[in-house]
Amino acid sequence: MSTQSASTRLSRELIGALVVFALFAGLPVLADAMGDTFVVFFTIRIMVFAIAAVSLSLILGYGAMVSFGHAAYLGLGAYSVAILAEHGIWDVTVSLPVTLAVCGLFALVTGAISLKTRGVYFIMITLAFGQMAYYTATSLSAYGGDDGLTMWGRTEILGSTALGDRTVFYYVVLGCLLTCYLLARMIVASRFGRVLQGAKQSEMRLRAIGIDPYAYRLVAYVIAGMMAGLAGALLANAAEFVSPAYMSWHRSGELIVMVVLGGLGSLLGAIVGAASFLVLEEVLSHFTEHWRLIFGPFLVLVVLFGRGGLISLLPGGRKNG
Amino acid sequence: MSATLFAVQTLNGLQLGILLFLIAAGLTLVFGVMDFINLAHGVQYMLGAYLAVAGYAITGTFWGAMLIALIGALVVGLLLEALIFRHLYDRDHLDQVLATFGVILFLNEAVKVIWGAAPLTLPMPDLLSGSIEIMDGLLYPVYRIALIVTGLAVAALLYVLVSKTRAGMLVRAGATNAPMVSALGVDIRRLFMLVFGFGTMLAGFAGILAAPILVVEPGMGDNLLILAFVVIVIGGIGSIRGAFLAALIVGLVDTLGRGFATDIAKLLLSPSAANDVGPAIASMLIYILMAGVLFFRPTGLFPVRGG
Amino acid sequence: MAEPILALDDLCKAYGALKVTSHVSLDVRPGEIHAVIGPNGAGKTTLIGQISGSLAPDSGRISFDGRDVTSLPMHARAHAGLLRSFQITEILPAFTARENVALALQAREGHSFRFWRNVSRDADLNARADACLAELGLEARAEVPAGTLSHGEKRALELAIAMACEPKLLLLDEPMAGTGREETDRLVEVLRALKGRYAMLLVEHDMSAVFALADRISVLVYGEIVATGTPEEIRDNPRVREAYLGEEAVA
Repeated sequence: MSTQSASTRLSRELIGALVVFALFAGLPVLADAMGDTFVVFFTIRIMVFAIAAVSLSLILGYGAMVSFGHAAYLGLGAYSVAILAEHGIWDVTVSLPVTLAVCGLFALVTGAISLKTRGVYFIMITLAFGQMAYYTATSLSAYGGDDGLTMWGRTEILGSTALGDRTVFYYVVLGCLLTCYLLARMIVASRFGRVLQGAKQSEMRLRAIGIDPYAYRLVAYVIAGMMAGLAGALLANAAEFVSPAYMSWHRSGELIVMVVLGGLGSLLGAIVGAASFLVLEEVLSHFTEHWRLIFGPFLVLVVLFGRGGLISLLPGGRKNG
Repeated sequence: MSATLFAVQTLNGLQLGILLFLIAAGLTLVFGVMDFINLAHGVQYMLGAYLAVAGYAITGTFWGAMLIALIGALVVGLLLEALIFRHLYDRDHLDQVLATFGVILFLNEAVKVIWGAAPLTLPMPDLLSGSIEIMDGLLYPVYRIALIVTGLAVAALLYVLVSKTRAGMLVRAGATNAPMVSALGVDIRRLFMLVFGFGTMLAGFAGILAAPILVVEPGMGDNLLILAFVVIVIGGIGSIRGAFLAALIVGLVDTLGRGFATDIAKLLLSPSAANDVGPAIASMLIYILMAGVLFFRPTGLFPVRGG
Repeated sequence: MAEPILALDDLCKAYGALKVTSHVSLDVRPGEIHAVIGPNGAGKTTLIGQISGSLAPDSGRISFDGRDVTSLPMHARAHAGLLRSFQITEILPAFTARENVALALQAREGHSFRFWRNVSRDADLNARADACLAELGLEARAEVPAGTLSHGEKRALELAIAMACEPKLLLLDEPMAGTGREETDRLVEVLRALKGRYAMLLVEHDMSAVFALADRISVLVYGEIVATGTPEEIRDNPRVREAYLGEEAVA
């Protein structure tokens, strides 16, 4: 009975993904036709946060690692690019490997410690490491400290400043999102992904068949950190500015909200969640600068009554299982 | 790094530790007894301070403000418990984090709407203004000393309540084994409300005490909340004794670190590098401390229950 | 006599003043079913914990397949071929029965740091998983989420998972617990069919199952082994009758 439903579920997720990415791909054309540039900038922001949300979804939704410090990687990625730029190094061939290495290393060290703990201790210790990164950024007086650091341009590709073009940059970000999404899907469906999801259901069972989940969780944590670092690098390029606020714990909380809002255990859900969160924020803040007065209670209601996330509301969306 | 400066910083550290303890005590009890992780605990601290400012505007005295703020903080806390938190006790930690995060967003913003975003102040009571000389050439404000003494008194009172009274015994039993307590026929709902209300009031009380010496502003509870989490994680979740010790350690390490890190860094580095590195290290110290404690003791210094 | 596959040597564990395991020595020979019985509170669960590696003994030695495993963690013992089942079934409820077994096969094949291939389309792995399921009569349930299987099916699935790991010894923690009469009979048949293929240490409450299956029986009372012998010897042992069977008869 469930081969069929599993495969229809799969193809539905595929259709959902096709729709979402087709929308992203077509948007600049549409916006150009309407002469609206804001939408393009705004969608770049959505896609950047979608990458971060996909990365968090990988460890939160599939590995039950409630990381409350994921924004740190956003910030680390952003600062890596901006600090290199400050020293005159603009090329992607340097900045991308450095960004990934910095984020991967930070994830490796903090993950190795955090993953020794469980449950609420894990939430707290990831939060603490996030704060550590945050305060480090605020005290980097050479790089703007509290005020942040302006990047006078965008990352170059082998000397070319093509990313300065809005449309080119848009499609590069879209390409990154697509790559991360596909990569995450592949990881989830692989042997590695099966171990990760098994450990989420019963750690004891995994030990009993001879698997120690620790190393698998750690590798997933590092992959997620590097992915979020990429999002951070793109964020710095999009805003041409970095600030410690990128890694505040509120931001980490918002990333969790995006993932849960979209639907735990669905990578497409993370993208939908990121988009819904930012659109909601944008729309609400049009009505009132105190949009959090509305968003806060909305969040409470979603938790109390809206299980399964937005993805389960979409036609053909998967139910949370 | 004179002895006087060191003494002042130590007292400041104690004072931060006391504030942290008042916040962490409620947090650790609520978590220990109800397995409920309440991010909104920090806004209770903020509310205490704001309600005190409002109470001062009404009564014109510090003591009137304190009374109003204590009652107000309790009422808001119980209201939140009845409306929202009660429905989260059976949920997983992720749901609790999200919902209470929503409450933070709302209350921080609500405070901005009601009192504005600009920082406010609460005047000190006349009785406790001024300074006294506590050692040669060291003047220290009376209010701050009173704060430390009050905090220690509350800690002692809490110790007696938790270790000597029936309710305290139930709270301790609940922290070790909640199903057992409810199996004994204790009305667990009422126990939860009692603990929650009490924890809320303590956080509010910390806010009131802090109001005259720190600025009262939206979001003031957020950073202290994180510090309080560090405290209860180091102390071992559910343990009052752990919270007390860890609060003092965190308060002292943080304050002394900020006071002297740059000077210490200057011993090793060039002055300009030290000026950069010192503050960075100082702000990271307690997190390094926490990571270190958890690395060796994954459930804190005084674990109440496994897992 | 063949070298025992598992040997416990003077195992002790205490919680404070309470001795839960007191100088326990026993062994399991290849192909043998050795049952451990004992009244509630005899310390069966803690003993299983120490053998499987989730609890550390205070003193004593556990050797398995010719090597000292006393300080090895659970997953390493599983790798060595010491596989356990759980008293309260421990399966991966969101995975299908096939995925449960496939994961165990995967664990057998060394590390799982393989990111590229889609594991659910690994025909060879699935075929081998299905073969394990078929052996326990679960072939028709391969694609059902394990959480929705009946209790007896979950028990069988646990066995299939353990067998997928190519065990040298099965450590069975009350496999009959919570099953109905019919399911118990079926499980006894399943275990009887596996007898000789794997050595088994069977910790069980159900006396009829124990006496139907075991080659040897050890009786655990208050953390101590009071007797070890064939089912007939145990049945006739006066100390056992007094300490255990008598009590059971009264209950």
